[in-house]
Amino acid sequence: MSDKKRLKIALVGKPNSGKSSLFNQLTGLNQKIGNFPGITVDKRTGACQLDENTDAEIIDLPGIYSLYPRTLDEKIVVEVLTDTNGTDYPDCIAVIADATNLKNSLLLLTQLVDLQLPVVLALNMMDLAARSGLSMDIKRLSDELGVPVAMINAREGRGIDSLKRLLAKGVKPSVKKVFHPVNGVEAALEEINSRFKLKSAYEAFQYLQQSEGLKFLSAQDKVFIKDVAARNKFFPHKYQGAETIHRYEFIQKVLDVTIIKSARKDWKGASTKLDRILTHKVWGYLIFFAILFLIFQSLFAFAQIPMDAIDRGFAGLSSYLGKKLPEGPFFELISSGIVPGIGGIIIFIPLIAILFAFISILEETGYMSRVVFLMDKIMRKFGLSGRSVVPLISGMACAIPAIMATRTIDNWKDRLITIFVTPFMSCSARLPVFGILVALIIPKERIFGLISLQGIALMSLYLLGFAAAMFSALLMKAIVRIKERSYLIMEMPTYRMPKWSNVGFTIVEKTKAFVMEAGKVIIAVSIILWVLASYGPADVMNNSRKVVSEQTMNMRLTEKEFENRVAAYKLEHSYAGTIGKWMEPIIRPLGFDWKIGIALITSFAAREVFVSTIATIYSLGSSDDNVTIKERLKDEINPETGGPRFTPAVGFSLLVFYTFAMQCMSTLAVVWRETKGWKWPLAQLLYMTALAYSSALIVYQVLS
Amino acid sequence: MAAVSKSVASMKVGETAVISGFTDEHLSVKLLEMGLLPGTVVRFNFSAPLGDPICVNISGFDLSLRLEEASTIIILD
Repeated sequence: MSDKKRLKIALVGKPNSGKSSLFNQLTGLNQKIGNFPGITVDKRTGACQLDENTDAEIIDLPGIYSLYPRTLDEKIVVEVLTDTNGTDYPDCIAVIADATNLKNSLLLLTQLVDLQLPVVLALNMMDLAARSGLSMDIKRLSDELGVPVAMINAREGRGIDSLKRLLAKGVKPSVKKVFHPVNGVEAALEEINSRFKLKSAYEAFQYLQQSEGLKFLSAQDKVFIKDVAARNKFFPHKYQGAETIHRYEFIQKVLDVTIIKSARKDWKGASTKLDRILTHKVWGYLIFFAILFLIFQSLFAFAQIPMDAIDRGFAGLSSYLGKKLPEGPFFELISSGIVPGIGGIIIFIPLIAILFAFISILEETGYMSRVVFLMDKIMRKFGLSGRSVVPLISGMACAIPAIMATRTIDNWKDRLITIFVTPFMSCSARLPVFGILVALIIPKERIFGLISLQGIALMSLYLLGFAAAMFSALLMKAIVRIKERSYLIMEMPTYRMPKWSNVGFTIVEKTKAFVMEAGKVIIAVSIILWVLASYGPADVMNNSRKVVSEQTMNMRLTEKEFENRVAAYKLEHSYAGTIGKWMEPIIRPLGFDWKIGIALITSFAAREVFVSTIATIYSLGSSDDNVTIKERLKDEINPETGGPRFTPAVGFSLLVFYTFAMQCMSTLAVVWRETKGWKWPLAQLLYMTALAYSSALIVYQVLS
Repeated sequence: MAAVSKSVASMKVGETAVISGFTDEHLSVKLLEMGLLPGTVVRFNFSAPLGDPICVNISGFDLSLRLEEASTIIILD
């Protein structure tokens, strides 16, 4: 029998109600991340078998308290639930409620009941509720609401089977009606209903309330609705308030008859005591910075080994394929273009996995909302929010996972500003560039025999990046006009132990999203860069060996030295080399020559490529030995002055340039994914490059 | 109005009060949804080290608010 039923089930509930735990329990690893059409909200869906005859597609909707959205993410919920022809319109809705705080979990449920949607109530955290001393009459609750109720423990997976059975049986809309639109709007509702033929009066009420947010309505529909609202003097906010009060009165009555014993007042004792320490004016910040320090250290310590291994693995694979595959541009594209390109994506996975392990633990334990609480006031001064802190600090390891982590910022403007300024935080890829340049221009001296000058220089660069981030945030705060009020009306969840499988799911989800989406752009750009750096006008490239051997006839080079010179010659005459030379007039005021120009182009793939390009162009062959590069750069002569090429002025100019410049295609790709378009990544690229250019210009002109 | 009415923003740590209304209509919708209803008891738990935001308890759960948000919630004297 293949005629299985296939149901669409939407999961809704307030944040921290255990919705993602339930989603993970129902779908296991059969999860997909897509997009809701037209907006920047991830759509998580997954397959689940309810019983032998019924399969279900589970759609995880953003956490909400009511149908009236506060943030862009929340807007999607009311749209999905009222667009009867939409692809995501559910056959049934499971409302997840926190049993320890049933009152405001039920608000949304009563709205869905009034929309005449088939709803199941999944009462989560019954264990906590029992521990708090709360006990209630579930049968009575189900009767009063007219909705089937399942008791679950989403963290431990208890009660999931009975919830599945309930869903498989098929659910009918509740017969209850909680909210009757208040006097005076009947005429308006009637007009709406006669045009759209809706299921319930409340649906018509919702049309009147938020027609602007319902994308499936046509422009004429919206004009019609606005006209009806205007003629009938329908004022959304006033009615929303009255509606909410009315619903809470109903909920209170239901709870009065179903709650047999209320929770003890002191059941949160341990959590309250923890808060006294974790939000303390001294200990709170100390502990928070200790945690940040731990995250930062882990990103460096634990990610380095797998990243080096991936780097070596792909480099080995690339050179192995280069030898084994037949000659020809196609196979060269595979071995030198595509394989390193894939390597350049895979290499970020350790960073993403480790950062999201920490972030997910912070969220799971309830500590994240305390971080927001501690940092909100300071960050608000810069147009950021308390939630921007973790992404910004993570940006010091790598901007890629950091920008992905801005998802936790629910206000779109705050999130956009955070995304925009995060790449200014000095990431680990800048370190090799800084390392070699600082070693080149700053003497290896110590002040008082203790403090290293080079160390101070390096720290100053990090501070400079941080200052640029804060300054740009202030600028963005003034420029960006987004009409979304920033709120901090946020529940402070009770502390609890993280659920490790949820941490695992988060890691898998974030890694997949990065590889599948940002990965596409990274591959494309790295192939373009590879073509630019390895191809040039055919006759020049083909003659490279001949020219180099003529040039070096009297030099008695070893074979390796000869090959290095050929590589340098090829790079010089490649398209990248041509662009580098063409760029020279533009970058000359910064003190850069065409050789640095080439490195600027190739290091757009990733900043650390600067070092290997410099090594190639100076015919060093290998970039492993920093000392040789440093010595070679020291000896380079500027033909115009006769003095050294890399004067302190040039060095500082380059350092400042790399501190500010975007110079990272992977970051651009990830910003493109997070903002769902090219507008912001391009604006960011322009702004950062302009800032880098003008700062480097000033530095060079002042110092030289 | 003779005197400025007291708001949640002016409460002290540990103090409890009864909510009587709101001054910002737009914000009030959100506050109502979170369970801050007129007639319910609100307790001031603690404030962040810089005095803003604050944490209050409302019918058994903890909520954080910015001071400017808290100042729109009027309490009975």
